[in-house]
Amino acid sequence: MREELFVSGRNLPNIDPHLHAWHWPIPVYLFLGGLAAGLLFFASYYTILGKEKTMPTVVKWAPFIVPIALVVGLMALFYDLTNKLYFWRLYTTLRLESPMSWGAWVLMLVTPLSMVWVATYIKELIPSWDWKFPIIENTIEWFAKYRKVMAWILLPMSIILGIYTGILLSAFNARPLWNNSILGPLFLVSGLSTAAALIIWTSKDHAERLLFSKIDLVLIGIELFIIVHMMMGFMAGPSVQLEAAALLFGGAYTVVFWVFVVILGLLFPAALEIAELMGNKIPVAVPAIMVLMGGLIFRFVMVEAGQITRYLY
Amino acid sequence: MRYGMAIDTLKCVGCADCVVACQTENKVPIGYCRDWITETVDGTYPLVEVELRSERCNHCENSPCVRCCPTGASHIIEGGIVLVTPEACIGCSACIESCPYDARYTHPSGHVDKCTFCHHRVEKGLNTACTSVCPTHCIYFGDLDNPRSDVSLALKNRKYKALAPEAGTGPQIFYLI
Repeated sequence: MREELFVSGRNLPNIDPHLHAWHWPIPVYLFLGGLAAGLLFFASYYTILGKEKTMPTVVKWAPFIVPIALVVGLMALFYDLTNKLYFWRLYTTLRLESPMSWGAWVLMLVTPLSMVWVATYIKELIPSWDWKFPIIENTIEWFAKYRKVMAWILLPMSIILGIYTGILLSAFNARPLWNNSILGPLFLVSGLSTAAALIIWTSKDHAERLLFSKIDLVLIGIELFIIVHMMMGFMAGPSVQLEAAALLFGGAYTVVFWVFVVILGLLFPAALEIAELMGNKIPVAVPAIMVLMGGLIFRFVMVEAGQITRYLY
Repeated sequence: MRYGMAIDTLKCVGCADCVVACQTENKVPIGYCRDWITETVDGTYPLVEVELRSERCNHCENSPCVRCCPTGASHIIEGGIVLVTPEACIGCSACIESCPYDARYTHPSGHVDKCTFCHHRVEKGLNTACTSVCPTHCIYFGDLDNPRSDVSLALKNRKYKALAPEAGTGPQIFYLI
């Protein structure tokens, strides 16, 4: 038996009795960042392939969600800062050791670029749109000529944006649940999967929907594989990782993880998508919303449970 | 030059004078603390061991807080002391998350705060406030690179340990056992 107690002095808010310094804005941002990254990835990928005409939702419509998601996500991050007025300090340094630092710089590049991307398509999608000032109109027309260049920039940037949300957490070696090298790829695949789900949900084109149902199925498969891989890593790890995994195996986060993330967020929508591909009529919104909810809950579970895990000495 | 601290767990009585001295010396806001006393009980009766420890930031050689800080607010100065610049700290809590010792907290004014090894005193050649005030003289502070400093002499003839060395942070606070 080992018992540890504080004789004096420790009653620090958000740290005692257990760490809870990151609240809801962090998982919300991680979800929106991953979703935006996935949408940008598909949009730029199919632009590079020259499929703007045949994939209108992916390339033109769905990216409208990206600036909204990024701005809302960044607002959530800003809300979470306790020294808000100094936020600009992020941009007086570039620290490659800190995923938060280079993540901030990637966002600095991706957010305006995604807005430009959307702006170049506004007139095409809404013919009555008027930019009011010729200078804005000319600038956007100039950018519209370089969509392929933007796509080539956005493709790697979206992968970095999607993977950094996971690397951000895995960089904290003091939190054993986060401190594994597969978390970055897991967050990336999860972000791509939620983006595919959103495209299925918003698309009006049957072929596009079918393609993304297949893509989402593959991504769900990879995600499940990585989750199993991660669990095996915990099980083969040192005692701090075993204790971290215990939260997901019989601990406080078991039900929410296995029922809401794995079963209702991955397996069940995957079954619905398979049923649809086999020709059954399934309302598209149902699997899509389940994948999106699963992705959001997954990030809540990881952020909340990760903060409980720690080194015991 | 490498500042370090040795704390004699056999002499510590857990009076918390170090905590109060730190709060007074560093004007730590009421209700917060940069150091604290932990009592650990190990084993089952009749083989029970009690250990009292005065804990604080370990001023790690490989500090995860410095690594994770996106603005460079957390930094290491001469002598291996880890400090936070309040005006550069955005309060993102990354350093709090990265510290295996839970040694950091958010100051009510927004920035992250923690033990500074009383660097304002150390610069003048004084001991840290907690060392100076300890009634059982169980805290030794000084330059680990100097074989004749208080801390080096304390570590010379005794068995000692650090907290969570497996976290790979290279803590500079040692507990004499």
